[in-house]
Amino acid sequence: MKNVWTVAANTFREAVRDRVLYNLVFFALLMMGAAILVGQISIGIEESVIVSLGLTAISVIGLFIAVFIGVGLVSKEMDKRTLYALLAKPVERWEFLLGKFCGLVMTLTVNTAAMAVGLYLALWTVKHTLEKSDAWILVAVYLILLKLALIVALALLFSCFTTSFLAILFTAGIYVAGLFAGDLRAIKAVDLSAGAMNLMKGVSYLLPNFENFNVMGAVAHGRAVPEALVAQATLYAVVYGAVVLAAAAAIFSRRNLK
Amino acid sequence: MKRSGIIKVTWGVLLVLGFAGVWQLQKKIDAQRQALQEERDELVLRSPKLIKRMSLEYAPLMGAMYWTRAVQYYGEKHRLQQMNLELLWPLLDITTTLDPNLIVAYRFGSTFLSDAPPRGAGDPDHAVELLRRGVIANPDYWRFYQDMGNVYYFDKKDYARAAAAFAEGAKNPQAAIWMKVMAAKIAAEGESLETSYFLWRDVYQTAKEPQIKKNAELHLRLVKVDLDLRQLNRLADEYERRTGRRATKMSELVQAGLLSQLPGDPDGYPYVLGEGGKAELNLNSPMLEEKLMNK
Amino acid sequence: MSTPAIEIEHLSKVYPYGFLNLKKKRSLEDLSMRVDTGEVFGFLGPNGAGKSTTIKLLMRLIFPDGGSARILGKSIDDVSMHQETGYLPEQPYFYDYLTAAEVLNYFARFHGLTATDRHTRVENMLKKVGLETAGKIQLRKYSKGMLQRVGLAQAILHDPQVVILDEPMSGLDPLGRREVRDIILELKKEGRAVLFSTHILSDAEMLCDRVGVIVGGKLRGVGTPGEMVGIKTQGMEILFEVAEGKNLPLLAKATRTGERYRVQMPEEELYGAVDQLRGAGARIHSVTQIKPTLEEFFMNLVEADRAQANAVEVSGK
Repeated sequence: MKNVWTVAANTFREAVRDRVLYNLVFFALLMMGAAILVGQISIGIEESVIVSLGLTAISVIGLFIAVFIGVGLVSKEMDKRTLYALLAKPVERWEFLLGKFCGLVMTLTVNTAAMAVGLYLALWTVKHTLEKSDAWILVAVYLILLKLALIVALALLFSCFTTSFLAILFTAGIYVAGLFAGDLRAIKAVDLSAGAMNLMKGVSYLLPNFENFNVMGAVAHGRAVPEALVAQATLYAVVYGAVVLAAAAAIFSRRNLK
Repeated sequence: MKRSGIIKVTWGVLLVLGFAGVWQLQKKIDAQRQALQEERDELVLRSPKLIKRMSLEYAPLMGAMYWTRAVQYYGEKHRLQQMNLELLWPLLDITTTLDPNLIVAYRFGSTFLSDAPPRGAGDPDHAVELLRRGVIANPDYWRFYQDMGNVYYFDKKDYARAAAAFAEGAKNPQAAIWMKVMAAKIAAEGESLETSYFLWRDVYQTAKEPQIKKNAELHLRLVKVDLDLRQLNRLADEYERRTGRRATKMSELVQAGLLSQLPGDPDGYPYVLGEGGKAELNLNSPMLEEKLMNK
Repeated sequence: MSTPAIEIEHLSKVYPYGFLNLKKKRSLEDLSMRVDTGEVFGFLGPNGAGKSTTIKLLMRLIFPDGGSARILGKSIDDVSMHQETGYLPEQPYFYDYLTAAEVLNYFARFHGLTATDRHTRVENMLKKVGLETAGKIQLRKYSKGMLQRVGLAQAILHDPQVVILDEPMSGLDPLGRREVRDIILELKKEGRAVLFSTHILSDAEMLCDRVGVIVGGKLRGVGTPGEMVGIKTQGMEILFEVAEGKNLPLLAKATRTGERYRVQMPEEELYGAVDQLRGAGARIHSVTQIKPTLEEFFMNLVEADRAQANAVEVSGK
């Protein structure tokens, strides 16, 4: 576990030194612009616009970081051969993988937390007050973070057995598919055989259901999110993430480096 | 070798267990989200032009996606037996703006926007507007005039405009001959069961989309029932003229030789003679409910 | 001294290649050898012979298709064997956003050293490889030679009993090569085992107790450098200067570069030639043995192999 932490800390340091956190400047500008503009061009929806815009930005920025850096976590080390010296130390390969995962999740946590603070600042600028119901935004941010962690795990998995380009494609693809997994289950096709319907249903359960982590609509209108949903979504991310990371570790442990 | 075998089995079991857990969790989450789902019945972006601009060169693809959304929206509402279809118009509006050549969207739209609840949105004005746009974007497609005529004829009961629509469509050299006939017939006598039957039958025979076909079939059955009842009442009148008394049972008409056998509705349930010797649907017939809902 | 530092038994590796990895290329064939403690072992072979493959197999960077290996008696599957092993990859590359000191510190953590211990070791190591002034600069600004030194430093940072170096001299200037040679000799003096790969004959001759020659994925022989490559002297060469106009039969065979003449002859003619030169008042600069270059040495082995290799490829289908 000490090795995992060492790798994680270094991954975080890499992200900081590679100026990943600079995206926060973009987010800050976006929130400032929205806070100033929305009051002038619209009436009555300032709050929900700020919240939904802020949460969307947190999610999208996080997605980009999770996919692109997530895929590069291992593949970059393989391509640049920085991994060679490291794996010749008393480190298990799964420790390295888990450390990389934790490092990026740490980065995302810091990044997302900073953005959440920015979102609250923008909200305060518009409303000049904060209410109890605004705390639900934190829940939404937490669920976004869970989603991002799951995406990092998937990006890691793909980058363990294919090229970076394909891994990015696969990760983005499974993300989009995962968003529609719920719809896939609910779809009422006009003429599909029962077998095909069951297959579709099965696939929809196996895909990572990213819609599970989306409570933006409710939170933007200040409505509560059921605690049970938060707990179940957390458990979902943990179980799914563990399965994906275990698979990644299994593949990576047998992988021949170039 | 043996050790790696055990590891492989353990992995397999863990994988299966993991996904089984995910499966169960997903079911629970779905139940939880149901509560949140209701309110998600909304369109975030309502401006078709903005959406079109935002979809860059992919507008037709976006059109297809919005079209799918419209169909799913209609299907879901239909399944839940909910009457409010207020998003149908904006969805179709966006769809046809994104892809003005999506014929099926206009036809589907005119059918289900204009049709009365519960089958449609009961909004014939938007149906006509949609069709007018369809005509502008696709001037060669004469069936839009047929659809427009149908909307005026069935839902707005505006026979002058209905006749005008059929006449306009008939100008297209490819239009079916009967378009002209319909124009004249509706102009002369307004609504008649024969005309209705003909119009629905054509929709039923030519429509490719299952929803539209099914809807036409339902209307066709209802008109058929009306036609049957009218004919049966005429026979009952004839019986009264011959015997001097009103028949109380359908079988009397058969015995009198006016009918060869007991007539049945489209579902096969025999018609009955009710109060005052008027022909009616059998009380057990599923058609009865359909008929009541559509009056 | 009973357990050997490195034991390799019947190690073989096949690389898939081509469309869908359907074709296979033998990169290492049934390699067995051992390196004893306190021994410097040179792994000699041309590029692509399988040196790096062997070393990567030992470090579990790639996995063998057959055979096994032990380091200090521990199977290489056991990660703890890395505690006593140091490894310098070929053309090493490290996190370029870190400084040399940070990279060494990072690697030292995996060996479970305390913070103060890490600090002093990193300091000493940077001094040892001549990077004490560059330790605070991010590695993205380092030259190839400097990276090589960082690589060497991380390989011996934790006082390993077995040091494995993949092409340690490449990318270094003559001064750098000499420093690496000194480090290897120092390691030997401390009783550690060193296995290093090279394609430069003089390095091997100067440093190694034994060398193993590998060509085309097969170990062609193991022995002292003299036994393996110094065996055949092809003749002698004399470099001399002589005044113009002297009648010297030797000049007919000589080639002239600048003021100097160079002439080659079989060993038995050497003394006659020296007498001739003495008589003409010539000035002898040097007399050297003509040895086959490593390239020539390898070429002979490769050539002998070629027919056989083709046969393997055909039967492999």
